[in-house]
Amino acid sequence: MIRDLDPAGVGRLERQTDEGAQELRARSREAVLPGGPWPEGLGDTMIVNMGPQHPSTHGVLRIMMELDSEEVLRAKAVVGYLHTGMEKTAEELSYVQGCTNVTRMDYASPLSNELVYSMAVERLLDLEVPQRAVWIRMMMAELNRMSSHLLFQASNGMDLGAVSMMLYGWREREEVLRLLEMITGLRMNHNYIRVGGVAADLPDGWQEATLAAMDLVEKGVAEYDALLTENPIWLERTVGVGLITVEECLALSITGPVLRSTGFAWDLRKAQPYLAYDDVDFDVIYTENGDVFDRYRIRLYEILESAKIVRQCVERMPAGDYRTQDHKVTPPPRERINESMEALIHHFKLFTEGFRVPAGETYVAVESPRGEIGCQLFSDGSARPVRMHIRGPSFYNLQAMGPMVRGGLVADAVAIVSSIDPIMGEVDR
Amino acid sequence: MSDDAGAPAAPPVPSDEVAAAVLERFPEAVFADSHGQAVVYVARSAWAEVAGFLRDEQGFSMCVDVTAVDHLLDGVRHSPSGVSPERFEVVANFLAPARNRRIRAICEVPEGEASASSLTPVYPGANFAEREVFDLLGIVFEGHPDMTRILMPDEWEGHPLRKDYAPARVPVTFKGDPAPR
Repeated sequence: MIRDLDPAGVGRLERQTDEGAQELRARSREAVLPGGPWPEGLGDTMIVNMGPQHPSTHGVLRIMMELDSEEVLRAKAVVGYLHTGMEKTAEELSYVQGCTNVTRMDYASPLSNELVYSMAVERLLDLEVPQRAVWIRMMMAELNRMSSHLLFQASNGMDLGAVSMMLYGWREREEVLRLLEMITGLRMNHNYIRVGGVAADLPDGWQEATLAAMDLVEKGVAEYDALLTENPIWLERTVGVGLITVEECLALSITGPVLRSTGFAWDLRKAQPYLAYDDVDFDVIYTENGDVFDRYRIRLYEILESAKIVRQCVERMPAGDYRTQDHKVTPPPRERINESMEALIHHFKLFTEGFRVPAGETYVAVESPRGEIGCQLFSDGSARPVRMHIRGPSFYNLQAMGPMVRGGLVADAVAIVSSIDPIMGEVDR
Repeated sequence: MSDDAGAPAAPPVPSDEVAAAVLERFPEAVFADSHGQAVVYVARSAWAEVAGFLRDEQGFSMCVDVTAVDHLLDGVRHSPSGVSPERFEVVANFLAPARNRRIRAICEVPEGEASASSLTPVYPGANFAEREVFDLLGIVFEGHPDMTRILMPDEWEGHPLRKDYAPARVPVTFKGDPAPR
């Protein structure tokens, strides 16, 4: 049965007031936050390592768990296995080169990283971006949100034993990646959103290709919904599992779908609009229960909201420049270099030395598929940042794992980690 | 430009109501408008106290981010008048979702005594972030429940994001490599 997929009806998501879930939720409220005292009087317990090479830990996350038979008494995330010093690297790269670096952090949604970094540099430069660039950026960010959430649907299905879901998720994600490749030239790590605009204008025929991909993805989402949302096995594994409350989320700096699953409709696209998000029509999806099931369906319906935004972008894409014409920031077109000495000098200066950014500091935040991604930038007036820090939402959201896992079963821990959707490239940077 | 030489102007009057409240409570704090964002420079001794004030009396229920920076090699040191710059700065971003406001607090940390009080007792979410700052910049947060390395291996020496930490200090080796020439 394919359910009505009108995403405007946010209220229809409010169900699941199962008594067991309520009770588990009350227990989760009492759970001690990380850093607090461990439970007293432990009997015959066992410490077990999950990962760093466990297939369900999404890369190289290691979870230390103390078990009393099947029950998890406490759990601790051990990270750093993918640390490659990208923030140190950023200090060695010029602002022009910086995008290439940040795009590799959250490899499932590289465009959010590029976006937040570019916006931070632009704020220090006091640079206005042309309207077309703003809309292209918004469309790309939403396409990337779709591919990221489709990846989540695939891996979440696999983690919970719904292997067919993995194949379906990859199938639709492929359609979005093909579109991203058509526009940016690359499937991942695009380096497309750059300081001053985007790297290239939209290619011929992008409207048709985008709309065709949206049709396929919306059809796919309806299929996932039919396959999983009312599937008794799926509900058994996810409803009432991994509960967390609004208060815990706020205290632990949790953002994104995990926060929205607790009944708090906090989305930076609506709350603190950037790009042109206050110009487009979309809904913030939120639910009340704060369990694994809610986080699954929030991400599922967010795909449809993103598709809605992408369709509006196709319809309303403004004409004009796709990057600023300030040649101190944007390289001149290739053809100009053959005929203009000035263009040649600008090109040479940009790619050898880069542009200088006035001394100062700033913090810019946008909503990535995983929550608030922020860029804290310090400049000393040279062409390289003194410090470029990315506030990775996965890094903070992992802190929710401890309170969520406590008191549940080992098999639930797999579901819970999956529902946080951490990307280790962003956690470890 | 606030960092220009010459007679320093009087510190700007906060245009932001939260910053004004912080300045009223902590008179030694300095307000700065950083590209339209409210920033308060607070004394290191009042660091955790300011966070407690923001959470309990101003509704800043979320500490979004804690990070730090090493200004050892800055060409131009950007620092508002009224702040005596030190080598390190610890930065915390706070968010009040109910009021939809942000504020950033910065405290100066001297080289000789690289420590600050931990925000983790006030905001449990600062736990990982403070461990990261300790790991990469060697700033110790007093009162943190688990002040250990988080990204680098436990036995690592030095703090990589310090400017006097030489990159490529450890040679990259590959399996079956000939001995270094």
